[in-house]
Amino acid sequence: MSTPASAVAQIGKSVFIKGELSGSEDLYVDGQVEGSIALKGNSLTVGPNGQVKASVDAKGVVVQGKLEGNIQASDRVDLRKSAIVTGDITAQRISIEEGAFLKGKVDIHRTDQK
Amino acid sequence: MSSVSQTFMKLFRGSSGPDTIPAQGSQKLTRRSSGLGELTRTWESAENLCILDLGSTSPTNIRHFTEHGHRIYSEDLLTASTDPELLTKDELGVAVLDSRKFLADNLVYPAAHFDFILCWNLPDYLDESLVKPVVGRLWSVLKPGGMLLAFFHTRDAGPDSPCHRFHIVGADTLEMQKIVLRREARRGPTGAVHTAISDGFQLQRVFNNRHIENLFRDFASIKFFLARDNVREVLVVR
Repeated sequence: MSTPASAVAQIGKSVFIKGELSGSEDLYVDGQVEGSIALKGNSLTVGPNGQVKASVDAKGVVVQGKLEGNIQASDRVDLRKSAIVTGDITAQRISIEEGAFLKGKVDIHRTDQK
Repeated sequence: MSSVSQTFMKLFRGSSGPDTIPAQGSQKLTRRSSGLGELTRTWESAENLCILDLGSTSPTNIRHFTEHGHRIYSEDLLTASTDPELLTKDELGVAVLDSRKFLADNLVYPAAHFDFILCWNLPDYLDESLVKPVVGRLWSVLKPGGMLLAFFHTRDAGPDSPCHRFHIVGADTLEMQKIVLRREARRGPTGAVHTAISDGFQLQRVFNNRHIENLFRDFASIKFFLARDNVREVLVVR
């Protein structure tokens, strides 16, 4: 199980946030977020305890917990084995571990498809 | 064959999230699939197709289709059908699943959206009350000329035929992996921990050819492939 690096902004597992979240640094969510998350150029990690109900727009997205909402990643999406994702995924690359659950669409947009 | 209430007793699950996992360390079997072979010939020559996979989330299948530039939708209907909130009673007081609620929460897509639907063995394991409504919805979300692949056990397969998930590993080759239900531990009112263990989904019925033709009667054509492992593959075209 990966742990967030010290330079990463963190939302701990007892924290609940409702609204629009945006930033220009990597974010680790192990708590609850409802609304939208915009981290253009940066990455979002949903930790094993994380419960996110939000549309996500980021460079990279790693999901270990639960995410309900569409994911738009300019680079890659990683669904780890404990991930439960309900929503559509658009990314350049995707990696899904055995055991991950996905209900939704996977659409890969390669750079040469512009 | 198990009743709805028996199935729910066995499932003993929460209201959300998947409860199925492939059997830990389970042996993966491979099988040739004539139906898949025929589909492959079609989708390899096409671009930007829209495909619906109704089995358990398969990283292999997602990779297979995205590498070919297609869009894939993954929706595990069998797991979704175990939602305890679906349980209701019909006018005779018999426990059934609420197909309206099921279709309000699942298979919600625009009409004529998909080029292909991979049903796998879903109809054999899906609760009776959901089979016809689900096939009706599949007809509406499939494009005219679109194709659906489903597998049906023959009577010789026996009532204990395990439910598998299917991974596409070749043009006409599938890898099959047995599905078991997740063990779930809960603390009861006395503080004792109870663990529900199940052997997985049970075969609900055996369709004969006539039943299958009736089930897909709204489709334009139907083609049967008899396999050696007591399974009939069915390819239908809307």
